[in-house]
Amino acid sequence: MDAVSIHSRLREKFADRIVSVEEAVKDPFTVVEASAIVDVCSFLRDEAELQFDVLCNQTGVDYKAAGYIEVVYHLYSYSHRHYVILKVRVPRDAAVLASVEGVWKAANWLEREIFDLLGVHFTGHSDLRRLLMPEDWVGYPLRKDFVEPAEYHGISTTRESLLR
Amino acid sequence: MFFQFANVLVFIALAVGLVGLMTGLSALLRPNNPEPGKMTTYECGEPPTGGAWINFNIRFYLVALVFVIFDVEIAFIAPVTVVFRDWVERGNGLFAFTEISIFLLILFVGLIYVWAKGDLEWVKRVSSQEDSPDIREAA
Amino acid sequence: MSLVNSFSQGVITTTADQFLNWTRKSSVWWMLFGLACCAIELMQTQGPRADVDRFGAAPRASPRQSDLMVVAGTLTLKMALRTKVLYDQMPEPRYVIAMGACASCGGLFQLAYSVCDGVDKVIPVDVYVPGCPPRPEALTEGILKLQEKMMTETWLVRRPAVGAQA
Repeated sequence: MDAVSIHSRLREKFADRIVSVEEAVKDPFTVVEASAIVDVCSFLRDEAELQFDVLCNQTGVDYKAAGYIEVVYHLYSYSHRHYVILKVRVPRDAAVLASVEGVWKAANWLEREIFDLLGVHFTGHSDLRRLLMPEDWVGYPLRKDFVEPAEYHGISTTRESLLR
Repeated sequence: MFFQFANVLVFIALAVGLVGLMTGLSALLRPNNPEPGKMTTYECGEPPTGGAWINFNIRFYLVALVFVIFDVEIAFIAPVTVVFRDWVERGNGLFAFTEISIFLLILFVGLIYVWAKGDLEWVKRVSSQEDSPDIREAA
Repeated sequence: MSLVNSFSQGVITTTADQFLNWTRKSSVWWMLFGLACCAIELMQTQGPRADVDRFGAAPRASPRQSDLMVVAGTLTLKMALRTKVLYDQMPEPRYVIAMGACASCGGLFQLAYSVCDGVDKVIPVDVYVPGCPPRPEALTEGILKLQEKMMTETWLVRRPAVGAQA
C-alpha cells in the first residue's frame, strides 16, 4: 500500500483525531492528536492490511518558535513492506504524551531517550528514567533553550585555553 | 640416621628462603601509601553493591569429586611403576601386573557408571525431558 | 617497613634507584581503558605490527595490576567520575597517558554538553599524545617518553618535600 491509501484508511477510521496530512513531500506524514496516538498505533499494528509490526524509530524535534515539541514515529511492516510516518505535537511547557510501549516494546528505550534529551514525559511507561545523560543531570540538553551548567560534580565544563 | 631426607630439608629451606627474599625485598622497595580511595573494592568504577561471597554452581563440586577419585587412583599406581622392574626380575611380574590391573578395572567400572549416568557432562541430560509432551502441540 | 624516601644521595643509593627505575620502565603494564575510537589504535599498538610488548608493555584488565592508565578516547562527564575512582584504585607507582585529542583537551567534541574537556580535569596526566587518533607509532613514542620520565624518579633517595610524586 502506498502512503496515500494508508492515510485515507487512517482518516476514515480516526476522522476527527487526525490533525493534518502532508503528502506532497518526499516522506509523507500524518499529524495525529496527542490523545489518539495509542489508538492509532494499535490500529496500525493490528489491522490485517496494514500490520505495522515494527517501530523503526521514534524521535523528537524542538520547535521553540512555534511552541511545541514534535514526536515523530517511523513505522514499517515486514509482511506488506510499506512504511508510514506519524507526528504528534505536544506543547513545550506541558510535554506529556501517552507511551506506545504497550504497542511496540522497542519504544522502551526510544522514549527514554526522548525523555532524557527533550523532557517529554511518557505516561504508562514502565521505566521512564534517563538513558544517555547521568542520572543526576539537571536539564534537557536538546531543547533550544538549554544552558550548559558551569560545572558537574566539581568538573568545570569549559576549557579556558587549548594549550593548558 | 635420617640422612636420606637431607635433600627434602634443603629443598624446603630454599623454597622458604627464596619466597621470603622476593616478597621481603619488594615490601622494602615499594612505596606504601594506603588511601581510602585505593582501599575500596573494585567494581569497574561503580560503587560496589552487595557482598562478594556468592553461591557457587554445584557442578563444580561434581567435577572436583570425579577428579579427586581418579587422581588418587593415579597416585596409587605411581609407586607400582617404581618397583615393577624389581618384581619382574624376581619372577613375580605377572602377579604384580594382574593385581594392578584388577585395581584399575574396578575403578574403570566406576568410570563407566559415571559416564553412563551423564555426570561427566556439564549440563546433565535428564531422561524425563524426552517423555514430557510438548506444550505447544497440545494447544 | 618500606625503605622508600629514607636514604641520602650516594653512589650506592642512586645506582639502586636507577636499577629500580630500569626494572619498572621495562615492564609497564597498562590498563585497558579504551573509551572510543582511540581504543582501536590502542589495540593495534598492542598488536603484532606495531608491537609495544617488545618494550615490556602488556595490557591488564584491572587497575589493581597496572602501572599505566592509557585514556584512549572521549571522556564524557558520566565516565569522568568512574575514571577518578579507577585511578584512585591503581597502586603506586602509577602514570597516565592522555591518548588522542579528546583525552587531552576534549578534541572534536569540546563544545558538547556531555563531554569532559580533557582527562586532566579529573586525574593528573604524565604524557599527552596528540592525534585523532594517534598512530601506533605515536603512542609507542608516548610510552617511550613515559619511560624517560620513569628513569628520572627517585625512590630510595630522600625526595625534596615540595613537589613530591603524587
